[in-house]
Amino acid sequence: MTLITRRNALKLGLAGGAFALATPSQALVEIVVTGGNFTPLPIAIPDFASSDPAFGAEIAQIVRDNLKRSGLFVPLDPASLPIRVGDVTNEPDFAAWRAATVDALVMGSVERGAEVGSQVRVWDTQASAQVVGKSYKTDAQNYRRIAHIVSDAIYASLSGGTGYFDTRILYVAESGPKANRVKRLAIMDQDGFNVQYLSSGKALTLSPRLSPDGASVTFTSYEDGNPQVYVAGLGGASKKLINGAPMSFAPRYSPDGGTVVFSVSNGGTTNIYAAGAGGGNPTQLTSGAAIDTSPCYSPDGSRIVFESDRGGSPQLYIMGAGGGGAQRISYGEGSYSTPVWSPAGDLIAYTRQSGGQFHIGIMKPDGSGERILSSSGQVQEGPTWAPNSRVLGFFRDPGGDAGPSLHSIDIWGRNELNLKTESFASDPAWSPLRG
Amino acid sequence: MRSVTPLLAVLRAAALVVLVVAVAACSRNGAGGTGVGNLGPGGGAPGSQQEFLVSVGDRVFFETDSSNLTPTAIATLDKQAAWLNQYRNYRILIEGHADERGTREYNIALGARRGSIVVNYLVSKGVDQRRITTKSFGKERPVAICNDISCWSQNRRAVTVVQ
Repeated sequence: MTLITRRNALKLGLAGGAFALATPSQALVEIVVTGGNFTPLPIAIPDFASSDPAFGAEIAQIVRDNLKRSGLFVPLDPASLPIRVGDVTNEPDFAAWRAATVDALVMGSVERGAEVGSQVRVWDTQASAQVVGKSYKTDAQNYRRIAHIVSDAIYASLSGGTGYFDTRILYVAESGPKANRVKRLAIMDQDGFNVQYLSSGKALTLSPRLSPDGASVTFTSYEDGNPQVYVAGLGGASKKLINGAPMSFAPRYSPDGGTVVFSVSNGGTTNIYAAGAGGGNPTQLTSGAAIDTSPCYSPDGSRIVFESDRGGSPQLYIMGAGGGGAQRISYGEGSYSTPVWSPAGDLIAYTRQSGGQFHIGIMKPDGSGERILSSSGQVQEGPTWAPNSRVLGFFRDPGGDAGPSLHSIDIWGRNELNLKTESFASDPAWSPLRG
Repeated sequence: MRSVTPLLAVLRAAALVVLVVAVAACSRNGAGGTGVGNLGPGGGAPGSQQEFLVSVGDRVFFETDSSNLTPTAIATLDKQAAWLNQYRNYRILIEGHADERGTREYNIALGARRGSIVVNYLVSKGVDQRRITTKSFGKERPVAICNDISCWSQNRRAVTVVQ
């Protein structure tokens, strides 16, 4: 079996796995789809060459950790490899690597000066060919980013989709007793490093979402007594989005970042409104006595998926971005909440409650192809898409005196991981790839 | 412009903490009872906040994902309305809450709906709407902390705070 075959199989397994509809050739079925199982690709990543060997080893380990967490790769023990330090200048000794049963090989180098620069080559040892060769630079202040950027290049070259490692996750950091818990905004790299706290915790702060350019955040805060929607530059002063609403919450940016859509509660009814991200008069998009909340734009900005209990229990509906013409899309048992449209536009992820359990699921925007990815008797909710539309974050809360934690899972229901945080954490919002 | 002085605000906050601890402890002991705050023996002086808490009852409970008033809730609200109509110097805050078995955003809306139902009922019984403000905490401020229905049922509540 050659790497090329495996690489194609990997791509095909990913593309066809979501709804198990693909009919790949017999050989590929044997490799990839047997029992819905999937075999991650072994990959060799020697330490990166560097004038500072410890730094080269650290960068390589960040790359290995990223690829391992993706669930698509199994980085081999670097101590077991024929060469311990990468060489980006010469062609590898393919025969030696094949003898070590290594099909996919990453050779890298990294140097730290005014900037951090890295070169990386991905090799197919079976075909004796380079899959990709690139060089990157980034700010020396945040040197870990170079490892994330390199990881994205490797992931993209071998899996046929874009990566999601050079990203951050905005979330609510929780501390203190359950009945009076402090909830403040925080942001971290997707691997849990470089945590920054963005609000003091004096007021309850919930449901933060990043702007498409990653530079601003909108969130719900109890600073005014009642929940209200705020907008702020990352780490900057916050400003209430609109005035005059008794309660506003559940904000989300439009794909162009110019508009925020959110809910307003007034006299027991909750409807959806949109307003310019800089403030201004809101436009009412839904009306009636029901609870309409958790709105989210389609990636082209033309439609909004939201949750409404107008039919009895909470279900998912899609309407035009200007309001009107809402069509129900969820029909399974129980209730559906917190819909989020994938960046690719092909799927909507949501929280479903049925049979005493909380499920994280996905469906197509027409409501077909429902697939439950994770089920738990514990509360789990609030899916958020990684920018490659293949991985979701969400949070789970065991209840009682314990607190919530962040998790990720892929859209095939594989590779559920706990995303480690310094404190209890909820309401994750995955950033786009950083520019 | 607030009518409450900082000192009173601090005292009120302290009283709320005592209330929360008392109810939480209650639930852990399995002696859930009515869930009405118990600030100690005695019903408090007539017209006092303590009398409202102990003798009238400051909260009503809801079924799962419901904002319908149960017969027990209606009985409590009737007593609240009578008391509030007798002691018209108090301002009234209605806090709507949900249990933790729902999503965060929906529960803010559900808490708002529960609070509104209580406001409408009290107003229908003659309480001046201008005295009343509402607030929804969704599932963010449970009083009973455990992981089963004995706690969830106490957290699905609307609390009438006199101030």
